Amino acid sequence: MEKFREITSVAAPVPASNVDTDRIIPARFLKTIKRTGLGKHLFNDVRYNEDGSERPDFILNKEPYRNAQILVVGENFGCGSSREHAPWALTDFGIRCVIGTTFADIFYNNSFKNGLLLIKLDKEQVAKLMEDARNGHNARITVNLEKQEITRPDGEVIPFEVDPFRKHCLLEGLDDIGLTLKKEKGIGSFEERDRASHPWLYSAAS
Amino acid sequence: MARARTLFDKIWDSHVVETQEDGTCLIYIDRHLVHEVTSPQAFEGLRVAGRKVRRPDATLAVADHNVPTTDRSAGIDDEESRIQVETLEKNCADFDVQYFGMNDVRQGIVHVIGPEQGMTQPGMTIVCGDSHTSTHGAFGALAFGIGTSEVEHVLATQTLIQRPAKNMRITVEGTPPPGVTAKDLILAIIGKIGTAGGTGHVIEYAGQAIRDLSMEGRMTICNMSIEAGARAGLIAPDEKTFEYLKGRPFAPKGAAWEQAVAYWKTLPSDEGAVYDTEVVLNAEEIVPYVTWGTSPEDALPITGFVPDPAQEPDENRREALQRAIDYMGLRGGMPLSEIKVDTVFIGSCTNSRIEDLRAAAEIARGRRVADHVRALVVPGSGLIKHQAEEEGLDRIFSEAGFEWREAGCSMCLAMNADKLRPGERSASTSNRNFEGRQGPGGRTHLVSPAMAAAAAITGHLTDVRELVKG
Repeated sequence: MEKFREITSVAAPVPASNVDTDRIIPARFLKTIKRTGLGKHLFNDVRYNEDGSERPDFILNKEPYRNAQILVVGENFGCGSSREHAPWALTDFGIRCVIGTTFADIFYNNSFKNGLLLIKLDKEQVAKLMEDARNGHNARITVNLEKQEITRPDGEVIPFEVDPFRKHCLLEGLDDIGLTLKKEKGIGSFEERDRASHPWLYSAAS
Repeated sequence: MARARTLFDKIWDSHVVETQEDGTCLIYIDRHLVHEVTSPQAFEGLRVAGRKVRRPDATLAVADHNVPTTDRSAGIDDEESRIQVETLEKNCADFDVQYFGMNDVRQGIVHVIGPEQGMTQPGMTIVCGDSHTSTHGAFGALAFGIGTSEVEHVLATQTLIQRPAKNMRITVEGTPPPGVTAKDLILAIIGKIGTAGGTGHVIEYAGQAIRDLSMEGRMTICNMSIEAGARAGLIAPDEKTFEYLKGRPFAPKGAAWEQAVAYWKTLPSDEGAVYDTEVVLNAEEIVPYVTWGTSPEDALPITGFVPDPAQEPDENRREALQRAIDYMGLRGGMPLSEIKVDTVFIGSCTNSRIEDLRAAAEIARGRRVADHVRALVVPGSGLIKHQAEEEGLDRIFSEAGFEWREAGCSMCLAMNADKLRPGERSASTSNRNFEGRQGPGGRTHLVSPAMAAAAAITGHLTDVRELVKG
């Protein structure tokens, strides 16, 4: 997983509330057996016309947002299906950070597994960044994970919270599974104790 | 542990392998259900890293999202779908995971077959790469959806890195009036608390109306917990739960059964357990529900009207309302019962079990699907299909003009051939009505099985109670 340290980019505004993962990546694109290649289908059904041509009024089709690495979004972003294809589509497109007030739980977990930093701020702060995002070319935002700071184009610094473990994994590009397997002994002892108190959970099935 | 604990607290506590300083836990996973859409990259990850599945005996796989619901003896036409299903089959063979193939009578929607096979049991932690894993909470299990990376993590380690959720209790008191089903209850709940009402929480459903539900009704309720933003939904296990499970293939037997039941009886929340959030509803006030818009929270009584954006003071909400009304091709203020449908889908992990099919058949019996309507009935598993045929339900449906199909996720999310064309409008017993969910430009109205059957007969959203009157 790519390390996340600091990025500076134009941010694309996506103000709608409750943007669901079906909208982020429709089900018919879930037939892939790979993690990569979904960027061109990000927001597919609102981004393209039926004939495949780009809709000129869709935000990511406009300059300078075609190269945005940051999204500023409405509340409850990523609700609905657990498809990890949603963060895969976002990162494959080039998005590295999404800033909003609230995110759906499963989408939140999935994003961090893919080096996608999600930042929760309060309504007023998100509103300011949404304004910055709307200003396009002249508004580059910096997100520094180490310092936990967002710097607005006018120099204002907005601090943000992030769970220490998640921050550590993102900064170092760490793989969860490798980390957990270091605790193999602990998992083995749990299984031993558990098998003694709830043996029916360990017997082979029908 | 002297404090009074909720059902969720008890299950969580008994599964913690380790807790970090910041409160993040490593929790053990008792059962892992796998399907073809969210697993290929996970198995590939295992292969690349040279890892095995830690507990193949705790893992069960099935293909459900991509499979055709028409005759499957010739395989799957769509190449990508076929590859994805074949990939799962190969992965299961390579990693020694039990797999119910498309032509196995036990095959079906993953959240239907888990309970049906007795794999889902109280007190367990159960995960699957699918958000409707919450369904299994009906058995008093902690069951939730995960993404593909977490699927890989569970396959390799049988654990997950998680933070504990908050506890929410939704109490539904009283007895619902005739015609009001579990589906209507959960739509009413989501309509009330909204699509983010449960975020950060696991919801425990309690109260007389919940206790009175059958296990299948409880599954419908827990299934849609995710639509309220909750991590999981739970209902305390009781005699109905034990009765349902007894004798099922993967359920414990003999002395193990006795030991398990004794443990399961200790699970219900303690007297005095504290919930972070409490919500109360009165079942007696609920009527059959429908959704009108593009979110499960757009749920209203069938007797109601499409909201009028002009009446909405908040600008953002007005814009969102207008967008939904435009997408759905409706008029603000129009009666919901005037909305014509051209497609009816009875199926999905929410409502495709035998009781759902019986309820729909009861409305369909002796009546005909309206001329302009295409109506599909998709049983949740091969076993349910078989049982329905023994009861003659398939004949009732066919004679009424419904198509009787094979088991799978089908039109819920349009990954197979069952989908809406742009502009088509369905009454659907599934769980999501997002834009394009059932096909780009498709318009979805969520309803109960009886309400879906009623809509098929009349050709428009209908108060099913009118069809049941004398």
